[in-house]
Amino acid sequence: MPGQKIDSPNSIIPRKAGAAPGDVAEKGLITLPGEAEHEIDDLGGSGILTTKLETVVNWARGNSLWPLPFGTACCAIEFMSMVSSHYDISRFGAEVVRFSPRQADLLIVAGTIVDKIAPVLKKIYDQMPEPKYVIAMGACATSGGFYRVYHVVQGIDEIIPVDIWVPGCPPTPEGLMYGILKLKEKIERGEIKRG
Amino acid sequence: MSTLTRFSAIPYTGPAPTNRQPYVPAEAEKMDARGQEISAKIARPGMTQERGQDLPTFIVDREKIVDVLRALKEDAALQFTLPLDLFGADYPRRRDRFDVLYQLYSLKNNERVRLKVRVSEGQTVPTSTSLFKGYDWYEREVFDMYGVKFEGHPNLRRILTHEMFQGHPLRKDYDPAQRWLLTEKGVAEIVPKIDPRFKNVEGDFERVTLNLGPSHPATHGTLRIVVTLDGETIIGADSEIGYLHRCFEKMSETHTYQQVIPYTDRLNYCSAIINNVGYSMTIEKMLGIEAPPRAQHIRLMLSEFMRISDHIICIGTNLVDMGALTNFWYLFQPREEILGLVEQCCGARLLPTYTRIGGMALDAPADFLENSQRLVNMLPKFVNDVENLIMRNRIFLDRVTNVAPISAEDAIDYGFTGPCLRATGVPYDVRKASPYLGYETYDWDVPIAEGGDTYARFLVRLEEIRQSLKILQQAINRGLPPGPVMVDNPYVALPPKEKVYNEMESLIYHFKLIMHGIQPPVGEAYFQVEGGNGELGFYVVSDGTKNPYRVRSRPPCFPIFEAYPQMIMGQTIPDAIAALGSLNIIAGELDR
Repeated sequence: MPGQKIDSPNSIIPRKAGAAPGDVAEKGLITLPGEAEHEIDDLGGSGILTTKLETVVNWARGNSLWPLPFGTACCAIEFMSMVSSHYDISRFGAEVVRFSPRQADLLIVAGTIVDKIAPVLKKIYDQMPEPKYVIAMGACATSGGFYRVYHVVQGIDEIIPVDIWVPGCPPTPEGLMYGILKLKEKIERGEIKRG
Repeated sequence: MSTLTRFSAIPYTGPAPTNRQPYVPAEAEKMDARGQEISAKIARPGMTQERGQDLPTFIVDREKIVDVLRALKEDAALQFTLPLDLFGADYPRRRDRFDVLYQLYSLKNNERVRLKVRVSEGQTVPTSTSLFKGYDWYEREVFDMYGVKFEGHPNLRRILTHEMFQGHPLRKDYDPAQRWLLTEKGVAEIVPKIDPRFKNVEGDFERVTLNLGPSHPATHGTLRIVVTLDGETIIGADSEIGYLHRCFEKMSETHTYQQVIPYTDRLNYCSAIINNVGYSMTIEKMLGIEAPPRAQHIRLMLSEFMRISDHIICIGTNLVDMGALTNFWYLFQPREEILGLVEQCCGARLLPTYTRIGGMALDAPADFLENSQRLVNMLPKFVNDVENLIMRNRIFLDRVTNVAPISAEDAIDYGFTGPCLRATGVPYDVRKASPYLGYETYDWDVPIAEGGDTYARFLVRLEEIRQSLKILQQAINRGLPPGPVMVDNPYVALPPKEKVYNEMESLIYHFKLIMHGIQPPVGEAYFQVEGGNGELGFYVVSDGTKNPYRVRSRPPCFPIFEAYPQMIMGQTIPDAIAALGSLNIIAGELDR
């Protein structure tokens, strides 16, 4: 299907000068939808992709986030909904849920963080290898929510840095999914530099 | 015309607002008479009856409390063997500042009793842990929240707040927003006590202490268990809670009666509507009103749907812990449909805040019954499939039979209620014992199982889903009663918006209700519903103002998790994980 147009101006695939996006892509490791057949035809061809290493790495990172759900409360139940069959986060490559911080790169803080568990959250974050990203899921993780009270941390950014805040009490699974996609965009744009 | 309420603003002929009038429960006379019978049986000095309460109530001298508790427990005709609750209340203007309240339940007579001990600051109360095992944690909680010390308690330390916390937060003079920082250095190490059975056993292995949680895949939220292992055998275990203590009770005191409803959602977040119903009905009891039949019908149906959803989460996640991932994916499908039904009703999925004091926030949608019927038709297939997948599966059976058993006597002594108690063979269900919402008019059974092990808890939960479906089918056949879903009382229900904009009186009622809130009469009330995990009770004290003076939620998970270290003693770590899932500990309810 060489004629199919794909409007993807942010694509990292370099194009021939003057070519419309998706029209004729340089051959390489990356395939845009509709290009597969074309690519297989030309596998023995030039086979060279030139881009910045950082861009490719960010692209790969953004598409295979391994979340660690730090689920404490109600939001964790909605997180379960998001990974289970109905919503199915595996469509976006983030379904490999790891409970060991050593194996995860996305910390989803789902639920109220109280003062008693704050040192634990800090420790879990410290144990994660770089690069690491944090999503504060729900009102409690974002700001303490409607628990403005003696034992509740008023937003996890008191303790650890946060990349994406997802509003809602609890956010719907669609909401959290949107947050993950936003994070993916951010990573692919190379906006997150830490460590 | 709004379906919410008929709202006859003028002339209103119902009861006048009862602001600062004493609360006289409808059943006061009956309870007073019963109280007299009880005191005739166990009369002793230092025990006086308090009249005009919704339960037989006695004020007991603090020195005599253990004696009275023992008499209530051991009297053959009374047998108050189930420790329901123990909590405090603070009245700073009184000479004896604190109330320590004990509530017991008698399985034999199906009745409750309340005891009050009044202590001033610095006075101690003798511990009753030797009588009721379950009161260990409850006494720690009273100490944590109010600073009342219990003499002779084996391990009186903070339970819900952290180690570096100062002060006692539920005291009236504690600033609700005063936080204390906990650093990693301040976290105390937990060394579990070795069970006496294993004290003198010379093991072949080195003893290891292992920490599970609070961030652990099998601890479903925020539980922490520390175990000492001899080889693979657990010979000592201790648990620490409070990792989700978000101060429900203090928050309730700073909000109006209606505003507390969203907080109740977040107690047991797997079956939020049951909490809404329990709290709303407690306040309705104090106000002496009853939700209209249509609202009650919707409440009943959604409660049963929520119970199914709660059990689905418990069964699904428990099987995930044991490696059976399929059931989890599979069971979450009907659960999404249930949440979809709730979303149609009120716009929120998990935490709907659907009830109001006096009825419902909104009427159910026109196709509510059809959708419910569709769900009731599809659910049995899922339950049967899961049962077929696991119940004859050798691996599953090996992992659950005889794992973490508890005897009926122990379960009662700890204060178990709900599926975990019924799995030991005790047929106690609030819906049968003291029916509400018209449960007595439905034909259904209380499932029980023998053995009290993880397998029995599975069986009870699966069967309860079926019984809930049976109730739901009958409820659908009866149809929704016509009429409004909100009481016709301008001191409780907001007038419809079109009237607020067009009628002076409605505007005034609206303003008064928003600014001054619902003001129940002065007094205290306890009401209980059957939650997903057992008896969910609310004890509310009103001082006649717009904010509750004290809201106590009786958490069904609390005594169950308290018994957990005893249940896993002598077992292995995989057994402990399988057992923990089957108890369905919900941290929001456990820690409040």
